[in-house]
Amino acid sequence: MASHYEAPIRKPLVLGDKGYHDVSVDIAAPIEGRANKLWWIVFSIALAALLWGIGAIIYTISTGIGTWGLNKTVNWAWDITNFVWWVGIGHAGTLISAVLLLFRQKWRMAINRSAEAMTIFSVIQAALFPVIHMGRPWLAYWVVPIPNQFGSLWVNFNSPLLWDVFAISTYLSVSLVFWWTGLLPDFGMLRDRAVKPFQKKIYSLVSFGWTGRAKDWQRFEEVSLVLAGLATPLVLSVHTIVSFDFATSVIPGWHTTIFPPYFVAGAIFSGFAMVQTLLIIMRKVSHLEDYITVQHIELMNIVIMITGSIVGCAYITELFMAWYSGVEYEQYAFLNRATGPYWWAYLLMMSCNVVSPQIMWFKKIRTSIVISFIISIVVNVGMWFERFVIIVTSLHRDYLPSSWTMFSPTFVDIGIFIGTIGFFFVLFLLYSRTFPVIAQAEVKSILKSSGARYKALRDAGKPLYTIRKNGIVRETIVNNNQEAAVSSESNQEESLLSSLGSFDSGTQDPDDLKKVKGIGPLMEKTLNKLGIFSFLQVSKMGQKEYDLLDSLTGSFPGRAQREDWAGQARMFLNNDK
Amino acid sequence: MAATVIHAYYDDDDVLMHAVKRVKAEKHHIEEVYCPFPVHGLDKAMGLAPTRIAITSFMYGCLGLIVSVVMMKYIMIDDWPMDIGGKPSFTYIENMPAFVPIMFELTVFFAAHLMVITFYLRSRLWPFKKAENPDVRTTDAHFIMEIEVHNNETELKDLLLDTGAVELNIIKNNH
Repeated sequence: MASHYEAPIRKPLVLGDKGYHDVSVDIAAPIEGRANKLWWIVFSIALAALLWGIGAIIYTISTGIGTWGLNKTVNWAWDITNFVWWVGIGHAGTLISAVLLLFRQKWRMAINRSAEAMTIFSVIQAALFPVIHMGRPWLAYWVVPIPNQFGSLWVNFNSPLLWDVFAISTYLSVSLVFWWTGLLPDFGMLRDRAVKPFQKKIYSLVSFGWTGRAKDWQRFEEVSLVLAGLATPLVLSVHTIVSFDFATSVIPGWHTTIFPPYFVAGAIFSGFAMVQTLLIIMRKVSHLEDYITVQHIELMNIVIMITGSIVGCAYITELFMAWYSGVEYEQYAFLNRATGPYWWAYLLMMSCNVVSPQIMWFKKIRTSIVISFIISIVVNVGMWFERFVIIVTSLHRDYLPSSWTMFSPTFVDIGIFIGTIGFFFVLFLLYSRTFPVIAQAEVKSILKSSGARYKALRDAGKPLYTIRKNGIVRETIVNNNQEAAVSSESNQEESLLSSLGSFDSGTQDPDDLKKVKGIGPLMEKTLNKLGIFSFLQVSKMGQKEYDLLDSLTGSFPGRAQREDWAGQARMFLNNDK
Repeated sequence: MAATVIHAYYDDDDVLMHAVKRVKAEKHHIEEVYCPFPVHGLDKAMGLAPTRIAITSFMYGCLGLIVSVVMMKYIMIDDWPMDIGGKPSFTYIENMPAFVPIMFELTVFFAAHLMVITFYLRSRLWPFKKAENPDVRTTDAHFIMEIEVHNNETELKDLLLDTGAVELNIIKNNH
């Protein structure tokens, strides 16, 4: 079909000789397999950090904000720094899925699911800080304009902090439904592959009974497009409004009109860096190198480089405007940033955010996985210091030199920050073991245009499909909405195959079924005669299939179940990966 | 449900599209097509009406805008006008610029959530809903075309096998 055409110059986005079924197998593999040791080690570290964070939060709430390093001059420091940092990281997900969808960028499909997950998890971390800062978090609902017992006490709609409440809750909830709607078909795939009843139940629940009718897909695509159109201005508005928290104030160094675009560029910058960090690890651990390719890493690096350059321009514009304004307070604020006691933080911010991404101009560097990983971490360190510099250096030397001071965090400040990093990784690690981390339905829809197998076929001038006219015909008789047991033996064979999946000797290689304890050469022959050739088929066997097999072969009843052939086959399947 | 329906299985989206066009050209009604991923142009080929869900989203967005305007007018102007730093908010138009961010957010909030809820209800998707795809393979790599049989079983069978169906399942309902 013409719609599958893609210019031959474009490199494949899905490597390897993969058809539709292979995509399902690859995406389901990390979920169906078992977690390895490394996963447990990292998860334990993240969990320990989370617990420390919870301890620090409990101490803060039970004792008061005085446990933090704030003083009367620097009255806003790590809390808001961490808040802005996490919100910024939370920008890449929706940007990737929404903006790149509107621009029809196919490479988004390998990374959008994880980027959106990262968005949701990091916005949760961000939201923690204002709530903790309230001092009495159980009264958090006071930020919502609801009629209350205090007479006409309403929230103040003139305040940027209230705009923030609306912007972030809209962003979080819309990102969540965008993510979940995209997940439905993929959860459906996992549900239909699940063998164990518990997994089947869970994935049935979360897939909302996704059926995949033509009409569902038509609506699904329209909903995705409209959500992308809504989310694009939304994602830009969120960090704009976060920057209003500063820009509408009268503090020198804060009240600049460049803040909204500058914050948005910085947010995309740090968000992409975090996606890069996570995906470079995930593609390795979950064996997704064929889907998240070096080309994907390179494209993300280009986005990091461009947004890093925009941020650099903004830094220089800020300096110029401070000088050009002729306002002494403004000029001093910037002079103090660069040459005052916090010069090291300013230098760190400049070198991490402006200088380091510039090496991405070299193709060798932006296609190097190791350097990309290092730069992605450097960028996020730099972006944390950017917020620290903006917030603390603007405050610590105020209008009255006698109150000038420095800020030093207490262990509680540090504990809460470490705790949110731990919480973030706990969520992400759980996600990577239970969710389809790549939007497999979408990847299948671009497989023919951008998959290596089909590109090779097209280059060789071969057709992408053949119409074979030798389909098999079977009959099912339904009595009173109940599928009756089919009578003849050949039909039993087919119902066995229909639940195990058929084997196509043309495209697949048969496995050595004798590896399974309990299957001898004789039994293997019997299974082959029934059409069972691969571990994949054996691994899908359950109670019903065992019984059916017993009635078909008539030998060793109950043996397959006792020796758990399906479990053994699953083990071999995982080993083959 | 008719007494007999045929489920034709396909394992390729291009073959499916050709088949759908063939079947439509021969004036058979396609009851349903189950797909593992979106096939572009399938809805048109099947003759499905275009979806109106984007229009509902626009209307929900308008509703959100109205709600935000009315809410902020009542709270900030009518119920409890505030005098902040000598800048009173006694008329709506004077205070309106400060309301723009929340007008925007609530418009998006209503448009997005109510549209998704509409989609879930119209496509019958909610927790504890049972999936209705006739074969587990339709979420993996197979497509199923469902056609009702009206005394033309052999004709349909031959046609569907000729279009490249890899499997036909003829389901007979005994009432």
